[in-house]
Order: sequence, then structure tokens, then C-alpha cells
Amino acid sequence: MDIENIHKNSKLLIDGIPYNVVDAEFVKPGKGRAIYRLRLQNLRDYSTLDRTYHSGEKVDEASISAHEEQFLYQERDGFVFMNTETYEQRTLPDKMIGDKKYYLKDGTLVTMLMHDDEVLDVTPPTFIDMTIAESAVSSKTDTITGQGKTATTETGLTIEVPIFIKEGDSIKVDTRTGRYVERVNKK
Amino acid sequence: MAAGENERLNRLQPNLRKRAEVYRIARNFFEEQDFLEVETPVRVPAIAPELFIVPVPSEDWFLNTSPELHMKRLLAAGYPRLFQFCHCFRRGERGRLHNPEFTMLEWYRSGGDYRQVVNDTECIVSALAHRLHNSSHITYQGTNIDLTVPWPRITVHEAFLAGAGWDPVADPDPLRFDVDLVEKVIPRFAADRPTIIMDYPSPMASLARLKPGEPQVAERAEIFIGGLEIANAYSELIDRREQEARFINDIAEIEKVHGRKMKLPMKFLEAMDYLPECGGIALGVDRLVMLFCDAGSIDEVMPFTSDTA
Repeated sequence: MDIENIHKNSKLLIDGIPYNVVDAEFVKPGKGRAIYRLRLQNLRDYSTLDRTYHSGEKVDEASISAHEEQFLYQERDGFVFMNTETYEQRTLPDKMIGDKKYYLKDGTLVTMLMHDDEVLDVTPPTFIDMTIAESAVSSKTDTITGQGKTATTETGLTIEVPIFIKEGDSIKVDTRTGRYVERVNKK
Repeated sequence: MAAGENERLNRLQPNLRKRAEVYRIARNFFEEQDFLEVETPVRVPAIAPELFIVPVPSEDWFLNTSPELHMKRLLAAGYPRLFQFCHCFRRGERGRLHNPEFTMLEWYRSGGDYRQVVNDTECIVSALAHRLHNSSHITYQGTNIDLTVPWPRITVHEAFLAGAGWDPVADPDPLRFDVDLVEKVIPRFAADRPTIIMDYPSPMASLARLKPGEPQVAERAEIFIGGLEIANAYSELIDRREQEARFINDIAEIEKVHGRKMKLPMKFLEAMDYLPECGGIALGVDRLVMLFCDAGSIDEVMPFTSDTA
């Protein structure tokens, strides 16, 4: 693939290792050859690598596939998922899940991004409903801002919610931003 | 999301106001110097072939990559001094200092050469500093830059010997030139002053004439301020046969390297029979505005980039 087509979040294969393009800087003398300075993150050990390419150079794209898996439970070694087609289970380490743990409830369906048999990324659904576990009660002494207050969800996510949200309420959260979307009517 | 866009556009408002002032002050300079403001087509049947500038096709024409050919056709017809603010399009050029659609300020002086148009740039930028900041200094990205004229001039030969340790005039190597210019030469320019590099190796002459008595270099200059490439000046080549030979060479190279077929811009070449001695310069307006807005990215000086259009 031509270096011209690489952008942030492209996945490259360099010396057999899959990398994510964290940052792509484009530098070019007006009439001259373009230079692409890439900051790459090793998708196995999360280390970073800086590489410079020039226009006309080719790079290998990492072959990536995606499928659905279901989050089952968390255990000492990490987070356990099940492939919804083959029922095969896998455990992913805490480091790989990171802050996404706040978007995993029992049974949550996630997208597994794979490089061959290797998990590269786990993406929770864009919107997820959660119950408020803890929330400051509105009173004059609380640190209530003009628009909202801080609450904690059942998964431990700290989130800014409107003042009218109470403990036990169900809310919709945008997992891309970690922001409150709306209150969900209880069944 | 509309709310996000409104917030972004409102945040840009001081910069866009300053941008409008830059246009006003520059136009004022050209009016005082008796230049005619013109507009040439944005969509054109033929462009100057450039190995590393990729045009955007528009049906079987192109969006122009530069207004140069049409402005020179006006010069050939006898217009002595011309300027233009012009949108130009270059495919794939997107980064902190690039947007595929950008604004060029281009001007030409009959009877002049690259030195006069470089002087014009010094005058315009100084006028901007005084009118916008009431000073001959600006602060750009944490560095105080002294814009007092004249700005330091250095030959490409000297700049490369000092920064990259080799002589691109004696041993022309355009590919190595581009990489070392960016990686080694520009970073060594004095941060607190503009730098003008003069006299490019002749294989990189493009549409500039070779220096009389010193044909291994072309009368081409580039102006850098705050690490930004601001403008590119030529003593314009007026020899049609030499220009045609360069174009044919460039077209062959483009086809070999990129597999793209290009046509000779015949109307321009025909007009060259009447082209007077002249100097011309192309200045990147967006980057000039970045300097005066202390903006780190081109996204901060245009309301809609290719990502937000």
C-alpha cells in the first residue's frame, strides 16, 4: 500500500509486528517530495516507534478482521469473552482492556479486532445502558455545577449527569466519549 | 454535530478577523505600488508539470495547482504588475501546514527579478507586523521573531554546507535535497529571524531562469519565517524553448515515476514568446496568517479544512 494512503489509526505490519498509526505528520517542501513522519504503537507490547517515510514508498498493511464476542465475567487473570459463533472462550489481560472495563457488563457484546489469531483491540458498543450506583444528592453543599453533577455507574464509571438523575436510574452512555446521553425508561 | 461546529467556528473568529485584515493590508500595498488585482480560472485545461505536485482532476481538466501560467499569459499581453489571491488545489497534501485546498497570493513585476519580489515580501510582512501588532517583532509558538528588514539571505549552497554537510549545487540530488532541507537545513535557520535561501541548483529551477554567468544555479528563492515555508520566488524564465524542454523532461519523469500522463500547456508556451523579463512570487496566505495569529496549525486559520468541509 502507498504511504500516501496511510493515516492516523491505519494498521501496518513492520517486520511481522502489527502497529497502529498513532500520529501521522505530513511535511513537504512546496515543490518537493513529501515526508511522512509516523508515530507507531506496537499492538503487542504498546511500545512506540517513530518512522519516517517518503512519498512513493510502500508499506504493508496488517491484515485485520473483526468479529463479535460476548463478555462473560472478570476473573483474576483478566476479562473472559466468548465467541458468539464458535463458543470458544478467551481471557484478555487487564492491560488490554484498560478503561474499557467501564463499558463491560455481563453479556455485553463487543467487537474483537484481530490480526490473524491475535486480538488487537476490543470495542464495546457505541451506546450502553448503565445503572447509577452512586450519585451525589442535590444540596447546597454539593459540588454541583450549572449543568450537572458527578455520579458513578454500576461498572465504576465516573460520569457527569444532569441533576435530576438519581441512584438506581438507568442512563445511556456514549462509550466513545464516556459522556451521558439520556435517561432510559425503566422496564 | 452543529453545536460542536458552532463552538469551533466561534473560537476561530479572532483569527478569521485577522485573516481579513491581512488581505486588506496586502491589497493596500499592491494598490500603492500600482499593481492590478486579477482573477484567473480555478478550473483549467493544463497545468505546469511538477513531479511532486499532484493535481485534482475535474472532468478532463484540472483544478489549478497554481495561477502562474495564466498570470504570465496576462504579463505576456502587456500587463506590467499583477497580483492575485487564488485558491489552489494539491491532492493528498494534508498536515499541520497543509490543506489540499489553500490560498496563494501570487504577484509579478515586469522588468524585475526575484530580488524585487523578495523585497516586496519584506515590505508586506513588515507592514502587517506594524499594522497588526504595532511592532517589528512577532511572537510565534514561543519564539520572538525580529522582522526588521532586510532579512538575512543565504545561498542554498551555503545553507546546505552548513546544515547538511554537502553541496547540492556541485552534486545535484533533488530527492536527498528535499529530505535534508526538511530534516537538517530548515531546523538550523536562526529561529528569531526570517531566512531567505537564494539560488537553487539548476535541476530544481522549475520555471525560474538560470543565473546569468552562473548557470549551475537558478534564480529561485524561498522565504522561511518561524520554520514555515512562506514564499517561493523566481526570476521568471522567458525562453520558450528552454521552458518547453524542461516541461517535456518533467512530463516524462512524472509518467515514469507516477504513471500519470500530462499534456504540455501549449497556450502558455505560445504566450512565452511575448513574456517580458519579470520576477514572480507565490506566497502561502494561510501560513502567513498562521504567523500573525500565532497558530500552530493551518486548521486554526481557515474555517473549513478538508476534514471539516
